[in-house]
Amino acid sequence: MARNLSMKDAINEALDLEMRRDPTVIVMGEDIAGGAGGQGEEDAWGGVLGVTKGLIGKYGAKRVMDTPLSESAYIGAAIGAAACGLRPVAELMFLDFMGVCFDQIFNQAAKFKYMFGGKAETPVVIRGMVGGGFRAAAQHSQMLTPIFTHIPGLKVVCPSNAYDAKGLLIQSIRDNDPVIFCEHKNLYASMADVPAEAYTIPFGEAAIPREGKSATIVAYGMMVHRALEAAETLAKEKIDVEVIDLRTLSPIDIDTVVESVEKTGRLVAVDEANPRCSIASDVIASVTEHAFKAMKAAPKAITAPHTPVPFTPALEDLYIPSASQIAEAVRKQMK
Amino acid sequence: MSNNPFPLPKEKLLEAYTKMKTIREFEERLHIEFAKGDIPGFVHLYAGEEASGTGIMMHLEDKDRIASTHRGHGHCIAKGVEVEGMMAEIYGKVTGSCRGKGGSMHIADLSKGMMGANGILGAGAPLICGAALASKYRGDGGVGITFFGDGASNQGTVLESMNLAAIWNLPVIFVVENNGYAESTSIDYALAVDSYIDRAAGFGIPGVTVDGTDFFAVYEAAGEIIKRAREGGGPAFLECKMVRFFGHFEGDAQTYRAKGENEENRANKDCLKIFRSKVTKAGVISDAELNKIDDQVLARIEASVQKAKKDPLPTAKDLLTDVYVSY
Repeated sequence: MARNLSMKDAINEALDLEMRRDPTVIVMGEDIAGGAGGQGEEDAWGGVLGVTKGLIGKYGAKRVMDTPLSESAYIGAAIGAAACGLRPVAELMFLDFMGVCFDQIFNQAAKFKYMFGGKAETPVVIRGMVGGGFRAAAQHSQMLTPIFTHIPGLKVVCPSNAYDAKGLLIQSIRDNDPVIFCEHKNLYASMADVPAEAYTIPFGEAAIPREGKSATIVAYGMMVHRALEAAETLAKEKIDVEVIDLRTLSPIDIDTVVESVEKTGRLVAVDEANPRCSIASDVIASVTEHAFKAMKAAPKAITAPHTPVPFTPALEDLYIPSASQIAEAVRKQMK
Repeated sequence: MSNNPFPLPKEKLLEAYTKMKTIREFEERLHIEFAKGDIPGFVHLYAGEEASGTGIMMHLEDKDRIASTHRGHGHCIAKGVEVEGMMAEIYGKVTGSCRGKGGSMHIADLSKGMMGANGILGAGAPLICGAALASKYRGDGGVGITFFGDGASNQGTVLESMNLAAIWNLPVIFVVENNGYAESTSIDYALAVDSYIDRAAGFGIPGVTVDGTDFFAVYEAAGEIIKRAREGGGPAFLECKMVRFFGHFEGDAQTYRAKGENEENRANKDCLKIFRSKVTKAGVISDAELNKIDDQVLARIEASVQKAKKDPLPTAKDLLTDVYVSY
């Protein structure tokens, strides 16, 4: 039975269902219960924004582990435990904090299987917040998906809605490779119909939230909503736009994008990440290689600028790609 | 044998000697073969340090995990990884323990609890905390040992892991193999405290320093702290003071060493000579018995080199496999 659920609650439900199903699933992170060792409430926070609230009451401190502020140690421990038969879901709070533990992610977890000649599996999920619009400034707002996507051995997921978040997180936990699960903090409150039972969404299958014939907009995460908003505007101008939500960035479903561009002849790739070596530039390169003859206009990337994320709303709102920028890019291609 | 003064029965003493001798001859042979130019990449040799890895590993089972270092051949052999697969790996052959994809710095065998040599210094400490957490979670009595050199002892990963192991009461043994040099830089320069025991105490972890050239000193100290960790007593720190017979890597001219240092180490700090002297003087094992092991080890190393040289290389199809379980 589907209920209208926020993305935050959908993520909580995915963790809950998988912990109930599989005793090897444990979760750990800074303040994921919150209040460990204090005099007050044990589950005081349930994660900095309350995403893991209630889990410690159901599964206890043995499976819901508050960690010290020590990302190298506990992210590495989650990876080591995964190589030894557990399925840890480690929360990095803000994925910007990857800077202090990146070695464990990209030199260890990502490479075990290959370096060890195939004889290792590391079923760890590292989840954390990404993205801007929270007025959280340069070290708590980045979209670092391209950095993770660049690394062979990692899988990278970034849902745009509550339904996908639940199905993709359950898939991530059941998956036998290391997964970076990127949660856009400004989507936590977004609502969608979400079935109560467990379900999975396979990796490498994009969604098409809006079909159209004149142009293809590719996006993921928050940018899917900006793309849909642009599509609404363009529809009033009789421009019929198709919107593709990549959902997973590694693996990436480039076939769906190529098929769409072969139909529409136009491609706008939207990315909240910085422009160089971005998901947008990657999509444009791949589609250009595969569907060059179908293209009626030069493909266009709409991304954040090559700057850190600014703090003041006056600048951050200019930093994040907008629906009007996306719409304008399509209009130019239609000329 | 009633007059055996050692804490191990004779067959275990022979096993320990065989492991140490195998490590020694493996490394001595690599030193020669590397100089010929037949071995690609970097090689870091463990010769001189055998008593440390072996003294600790004699207490371990397959369910116990170790995280090793860039200088990992000795840890692998002591933990039971097959010499033939290791040699083939170092030659880059498809028959190698990692199908030629890892090389000297990444030899691993998770089925033996060997979680990998590691090219990143100090990286094994968080990983072994996770291995120990998994053992504690399952209640299987397994312990985790993380090895690092005096150089990597200053890595944040090691220090963070000491705190994490202490607060989670994990069955982890932190082993610093102190050979006096972080690559070329002396420990006197790089370590702010006089004693690793003081540093461990700062994390609430008991520590002990032993003569790492004495197999029996390592064995006894390790036995006590491993038993304690198995029984839920939490982490411990072990410093093995030792010498490195070769340079940081093969090809290192070692001009940072004092004149005559290597000769002095070979003459007076050779853990194999010390072991031999102790067991023969005690009358527990004869020189002839040890010489027989020496011959068997040399023959095994010779055969592993000949086989590795003849073994096939990986082919283009191997380039793209083993990245993911599924993709």
